[in-house]
Order: sequence, then C-alpha cells, then structure tokens
Amino acid sequence: MPDKPKLAFYWCASCGGCEESVVDLAEDILFVVDNVDIIFWPVAMDFKKSDVEKYADGEIVASLINGAIRTSEQQEMVQLLRRKSKVVIAHGACAQYGGIPGLANEFQKEEILKWVYEESPSIINEEKVRPQLKYKVNGSEVFLPELWNVVRPLDKVIDVDYYIPGCPPSPKLLKEAVLVLLSGNLPPKGTVLAPDIALCDECPRKDTKPTDLAFTEFLRPNLHIIDPEKCILSQGFVCMGPATRSGCGALCVNGNMPCTGCYGPTSRVKDQGAKILSSIASNVSAKTEKEIDAVLNGIPDPVGTFYRYSLAGSILRKKVNI
Amino acid sequence: MLKIEIEEAASKQWQPKIVAFFCNWCTYTAADLAGVSRIKHAPNIRVIRVMCSGRVDPQFILDSFAKGADGVLIGGCHPGDCHYQEGNYKFLRRFQMLRRVVDSLGIEKDRLRLEWISASEGDKVRIVVNDMVAKIKALGPLGLPVKYKEWANEMNVLESEIAGKEEVYA
Repeated sequence: MPDKPKLAFYWCASCGGCEESVVDLAEDILFVVDNVDIIFWPVAMDFKKSDVEKYADGEIVASLINGAIRTSEQQEMVQLLRRKSKVVIAHGACAQYGGIPGLANEFQKEEILKWVYEESPSIINEEKVRPQLKYKVNGSEVFLPELWNVVRPLDKVIDVDYYIPGCPPSPKLLKEAVLVLLSGNLPPKGTVLAPDIALCDECPRKDTKPTDLAFTEFLRPNLHIIDPEKCILSQGFVCMGPATRSGCGALCVNGNMPCTGCYGPTSRVKDQGAKILSSIASNVSAKTEKEIDAVLNGIPDPVGTFYRYSLAGSILRKKVNI
Repeated sequence: MLKIEIEEAASKQWQPKIVAFFCNWCTYTAADLAGVSRIKHAPNIRVIRVMCSGRVDPQFILDSFAKGADGVLIGGCHPGDCHYQEGNYKFLRRFQMLRRVVDSLGIEKDRLRLEWISASEGDKVRIVVNDMVAKIKALGPLGLPVKYKEWANEMNVLESEIAGKEEVYA
C-alpha cells in the first residue's frame, strides 16, 4: 500500500496522555489506519530512528509530536521529523506551551536533579549516584541525552505548522485534525485546530455567571464543596474558563471541577497566565492594598495556578534570574 | 536594540530603560505639567499614554520586560479620583497579583512600580522617576533579550555535539 499518506507520532517530555488520546479515537482509529500509514509511533509500534532516516525529506505527510522539549535527544528527534515531514503538528498542551513539564522552568536544573536523585522522600541513594552523560563499558562508550536548563514548547525548537491543544486533546479534535490533513484543504499556517472562543461559551453553567463577580475570597476545590449547578468562578474557585480556548466540551466543569486552562488561550491572547490573572484579580471587591492582599492570599501559588500549562510558552518563559 | 544594549554594557554606560504607562487624566497630565514647569528629572522613562491605568494589561508589562525594559512604572489617578470611577482600583488589584507572579519568576520588586500621581503633582513625577532610576541603577540591567539568546545557546552546543557523535558511528 505505497499510496497511503504517511503519518508519524512522536513523544517528548510528556506523560503519555496524548498517546492515549490517539487510542481514545476508539473505532475511529480504524478509519485513520484505513487512510494513512503510521510509519513511526514509538509508544505503540516497533519502528526505529533509522526507519525514519530512510524516508526522503518531506515524504512523511504529517508528524504529530507531543510533549515539551527538554533534552538533546528530543531536539535531535524533532529536528529529524521536521526534515522528513511536510507538516508538523504540536499535539497537546506540552508541545504547544510546555505544559506541566514547563513548570520545571521555575527551578534550576541542579535543584531538580538534586530533588529527584537525592532528596525526594521515596529515594534511597546514599552514595548520591547520578546518571552520567557518558559511560565506558566493555571498551565502548555509551551516551545519555543531556537535560537542558530550559523546557521549551515545540515551536521554540522547530518550525510548527499547526497546533492541537489540550491535556490531552479530545479525540474529537484529533479526528477533525486528521480529516483536515487528509482533505488536503489546509488552514493557514499557525492555526490552532480548535474553536477560537473562550470555554465559557460552551460551558453548561454559562447562564449562572453573574455580570459582576466581586470576589471576597478564593476557595480551593480540595477544601470546599463545589455547587454542581452554579458558575464555578462565581463561587470563588479559580476557573480558567474565561482565558481558555473551548473545544473540550467543558469536560472538567461537567465533572464539577474548575477549568485549569489546558487548551491555552484564544488567538487574541499572547500570555494566558497574565490574562486570567488580570481578569480574576480585577474582580476582587476589596479596595485597599491590605484587604486586596488578604483576598489574594487565597491563591497561594499564582504561577502554578495561572500558568499551569503555559509557563514555558509564556512571555517570560522561565524564572529569569536562574 | 539588542546590539545597542551589548554596546552599552561594553562601554559601561548602561542606563536603565523604564517603560512608563501614564493615565491620560492624571499622571500624563502631571508629566506634562512637570515639562511646562521645567522640572528636571532623569531621562530614562519612555512614557506611553493610556486612557486609564485600568487599561494596562499585565501582558503589556511582561512584554516590556521581555523586550528589554529594566523597569515598568504605572501612574494613575489617586484612589477615588479615577475618571472612570473604578479603573485605578482594578489596576491596583491586578498589580498586587502581578507583582507576586513577577517576584516568583525572579524579577526584583523594585522593577515594577505603581504610583498615584494627580494632574497637579508635577513634582511627584520627578521624585518618583528619580527614585526609581536610582533603585534600578543599583540593581543593574534586567537584560531579558540577552538572556533569551544565552538560553538558546544550549541547543546550538548540543547540535554540534550530536554531529560529532554521528561521525563516530558512521
């Protein structure tokens, strides 16, 4: 079947959830494999890097790459896939904005390694052994990829054509993306393949959102019960809905949890964290610095809350003094 | 801009660059008054007139830092005096939250400043600007455009290393 378009999947710094979104296509995956040849998919199929190298440049119709980029190996692989592919799609929040791994940009590499290999309570490593980048064994040298100081979204490393948002993307979006690719009728480069309107628009609780929010305190979902009917934001929980792209069908809200912002901002917004921070803080009802601060203390980790998925792709990118 | 910055650093004549968002009704008018009154203050501010401090989006501030500002100053009407009634309160709340974020991301508190300056307080413009320039001079350059370039270097270094390895295996 040499005529079918070739499709590659690859994962970088990710949890595997985006791979799961492919599997979640359920029966639709049959449609996908009927119409394309999956020529590379490390999580599910036994193809090697050398198999990808054999293709001519641009021979792969599309590569869907998930995960943030934070090692030399990931850089090497995505650069290879970029060369071999006509279209590269950043698949999921990590590839698009750095995602949860991007929060590592709040720390130094050494802090992270020290925690992981020495200080974490579940670690027993009395000799403080760390993985070495090079190691000689039986007369030959083996290598490990280098961990970078900065976690990057995919488009800071290679040219990216399209984005499928989400942590993970909904199977519906993924299917639509594949259909768009197969149709040959490609949208303008840089398009995010999801609706370009805030989540509130498709939220089932939209009608209960008051015009004036006037926060007097912020609550945390692990400490308070959320009313399953009312707008979550109006109850004092931080819901990222107003600054987040729709397309998921308000999954978290339907599960009675606030939106955490995984679909990223709409096209008019450059920095999702700054935008939701602005919206939420402006609606605090207090008027003096002291009273405002008391209310804001209800959000103990503003970076982790507002930039949960988007720190690496935000304007500042990373803690700037480390 | 980057080239200028490097040159400035090389000649040790670095001068802080401060982006100042002044509201049309109070602080911008005060800066105007300072001008017509021939009040002298440090020349390091680049004033951007906005209709209200409430118009200042935190993205403007972060973008200023990212594009090379060493400090950002926001000037608005005194509480209770906002031409649009609530704009300065809205900005105050935003500012209180933003400074927490900016602080966690490693930008010193003195680089971001909010001042209420009414239309008649031309001299306050001088005091605030001079004070801010002195504090930022003490801190030194923030230099984010240079930092972004330096951060990107790790990718280039590794690229040449990878090329070297491939030769070994070939």
